[in-house]
Amino acid sequence: MTRLRYYLPAVAVFVLVIAGWELLVALLHIERFLLPPPSEIVRSLVEEWPTLSAAGTTTLIEAVGGFFIGLAAGLVVAFATARFAVARAGLMPFAIAANAVPIVAFAPIMNNWFGVASPLSKMMIVSVLVFFPVMINVVRGLTSADPATLELMRSYAASEQEIVRKVRIPAALPYFFTALKVGATLSLIGAIVGEYFGGANDALGRLIVENAAFLHFSTAWAAIIIAAALGIAFYLLIITVERATMPWHASMRARDA
Amino acid sequence: MSGETSTALQAIDLAIAPGEFVSLIGPSGCGKSTLLRIIGDLTAPSVGNVTVNGKPARQARRDRDYGMVFQAPVLFDWRTIEQNVQLPLEIIGVGRGERQRRATEMLALVELSDFAGHHPWQLSGGMQQRAAIARALAFEPTLLLMDEPFGALDEMTRERMNDELLRIWERTGTTIVFVTHSIPEAVFLSSRIVVMSPRPGRITDLVEVDLRRPRTDATRESERYFELITQVREALRAPERRSVLR
Amino acid sequence: MTADGAALPRRSASRQRLGGLGSALGSTAAFVAVVLLLAVAWEAAKWIAGDPWREALGMPINPPHFPPFHIKQFSDLNLPHVWDVVGAFSRPSVRNSPFTLGAVLIDAAVFTGRSAVLGFAVGAVVGLGLAIVFVRSKLLERALVPYVIATQTVPIVALAPMLVLWVGREWTSVVLVSAYLTFFPVTIAGIRGLSSPDPRSLELMRSYAASDWSVLWKVRFPAALPYLFTAFKISATASVVGAIVGEEPTGIRGGLGRAILQFNTQYSSGPEKLWAVVMVSAALGIVFFVIVRLTEMVVLRNRTLPTDL
Repeated sequence: MTRLRYYLPAVAVFVLVIAGWELLVALLHIERFLLPPPSEIVRSLVEEWPTLSAAGTTTLIEAVGGFFIGLAAGLVVAFATARFAVARAGLMPFAIAANAVPIVAFAPIMNNWFGVASPLSKMMIVSVLVFFPVMINVVRGLTSADPATLELMRSYAASEQEIVRKVRIPAALPYFFTALKVGATLSLIGAIVGEYFGGANDALGRLIVENAAFLHFSTAWAAIIIAAALGIAFYLLIITVERATMPWHASMRARDA
Repeated sequence: MSGETSTALQAIDLAIAPGEFVSLIGPSGCGKSTLLRIIGDLTAPSVGNVTVNGKPARQARRDRDYGMVFQAPVLFDWRTIEQNVQLPLEIIGVGRGERQRRATEMLALVELSDFAGHHPWQLSGGMQQRAAIARALAFEPTLLLMDEPFGALDEMTRERMNDELLRIWERTGTTIVFVTHSIPEAVFLSSRIVVMSPRPGRITDLVEVDLRRPRTDATRESERYFELITQVREALRAPERRSVLR
Repeated sequence: MTADGAALPRRSASRQRLGGLGSALGSTAAFVAVVLLLAVAWEAAKWIAGDPWREALGMPINPPHFPPFHIKQFSDLNLPHVWDVVGAFSRPSVRNSPFTLGAVLIDAAVFTGRSAVLGFAVGAVVGLGLAIVFVRSKLLERALVPYVIATQTVPIVALAPMLVLWVGREWTSVVLVSAYLTFFPVTIAGIRGLSSPDPRSLELMRSYAASDWSVLWKVRFPAALPYLFTAFKISATASVVGAIVGEEPTGIRGGLGRAILQFNTQYSSGPEKLWAVVMVSAALGIVFFVIVRLTEMVVLRNRTLPTDL
């Protein structure tokens, strides 16, 4: 099936929903401030573009910065942990449980530590969000190598380093990319939730909160759309990198998100 | 029944009597599994028709006239052996008490009664296959379709399973269509062997097996047994020789 | 009994169950060990680079200890002593309040927990329903899955105030936010799991002329359970996050969300209270996770697939 035909149903749904939304608001005379029609949202998007794009940039920087910090930390700890079974037995349960901690609980603390107005506090929030999925998935990946393959490498008297490079890392790649995909979407959300608790005014989270408070919902929606678009773009970027790095595996991932 | 397709199978014209044990044998690509699946209405023939018990194959499937056994046992991990055997009965809508009774009966037939409460992964390959056979017979089908059911087992287990299968066949009187790769197995088990060859898939020979029943280890050492094996082997080779000579 | 190859069953189910319990105890012990280690590291960091230590655990230190370095994040304001945080639970939540912080927080946790449980249930049902629809209809899957994924990129925090306006009832909004964060992992895992059965199992069912519903209930659903539980473990904590996040913009009183906001504004007068809320929130998330894990151990007790937690 050609690419175009594959995406046709999704596109059709999009068109239908937008059209339906616009019609419903008009026909049912829904208050514009309650549920702005798409045309209204697009208008806000265009009119407020300078503010929105500045805010989007700020939030994006926070998200990406935090993403890389969390990624680096997660990788370091994962490699250290995967090596030593004892460390693994100890840290994995903790990491999985720590992943269960609601971000909203420590967002205010990060704000207090690194300064509410500074983007660093949001980056730290994001990095914590990203750290755990990366660590958990990379450890799983590094330990997922097929025992038969490992035996083969040992029969070649391969060094531990070579085994890691040639067997464990390639085996870990699918898990790594799963973690990246999770991290990508989390990083945008984390940045916005972090901003929600306080931060510079020109950030998407604060824009949404403030416009919603003043019932300027069409601007709020415009900001939300930008946030969502950034998240999707980041996610698609990861998928592109994944396809380039693992063409043999990506084709099997038809069913994956 | 008769069926005809252009690619996988061609000009198949075969009739099987009730209670017969018929083997389909041939090299890879000869269409024996496809033929079995057509009989079972898991694949539809593009031309021709299949009649089972006087009905079209689709109706026979709907009426649950046959049971199937594949090369892999395909048991459900999350069910005990007994629950696995009850599966078709649940689908048919048999009541709980009756289901229990029939499952117990079938497990006794395949001699797995002691393992009714175990899970598939706790059993060896041969035992799992016995459970699959018990399941296939649970609703007492008139026809049993078997696609290389013992192919994944070692030779000794295979021979024992062949003895088992004949014992069950004699008890139940089910018609069996049996696909196999193994010439000795086909000769040991069947009343008739259908020899097939590929490109295009077709029937090239029919061999009547006149070995006396019940067949035992003694049968395996008889002269007639070896003669028949040779006969089948030559029937399998014949199409090659014909094309070489041409 | 006819012998054929290995006649003895390979592993008894009860032995495997004990093994699972043993590893669960081991994981708990490891978790506790790490928490203790963290507490030690916490105080060590303050010893080396925090504010001067004039007292510890209620006893004065004479002469006071002056740490050689000073890192702002380790000050008493930003990283209160472990015993101060623990002690805060038994002190009044606000001045002149008859209730201890501990009591208040436990009440708040139960309050939020109720919303989270309902949110989890709604999210799980919706998620599974979507998965069933998508497995049934490839067309609907292609049409809708991109939007399902897109929903997770929309910061629900932003939608929450609007949600209250539309729905009108505060508590319902909280449950909806919680469900919003819960359904997605369940949908994705559900699609994977429902499509996971061996095609031969499906052929077997076809040979029985089984109805689609039969196939769903007897084959696809049991096959999907391991995948679903992996998602439930993620969703368990997501539902708690959703409940807390949902409470804040709706201004609903009595839950952890409100407590976080309250103690955040009072941070300078009592940093340990915010930390206490953090710990209670963490504990709530972990409790949900453990409940799901225990349920998983019971439901999947007869399967062979191991998990690492």
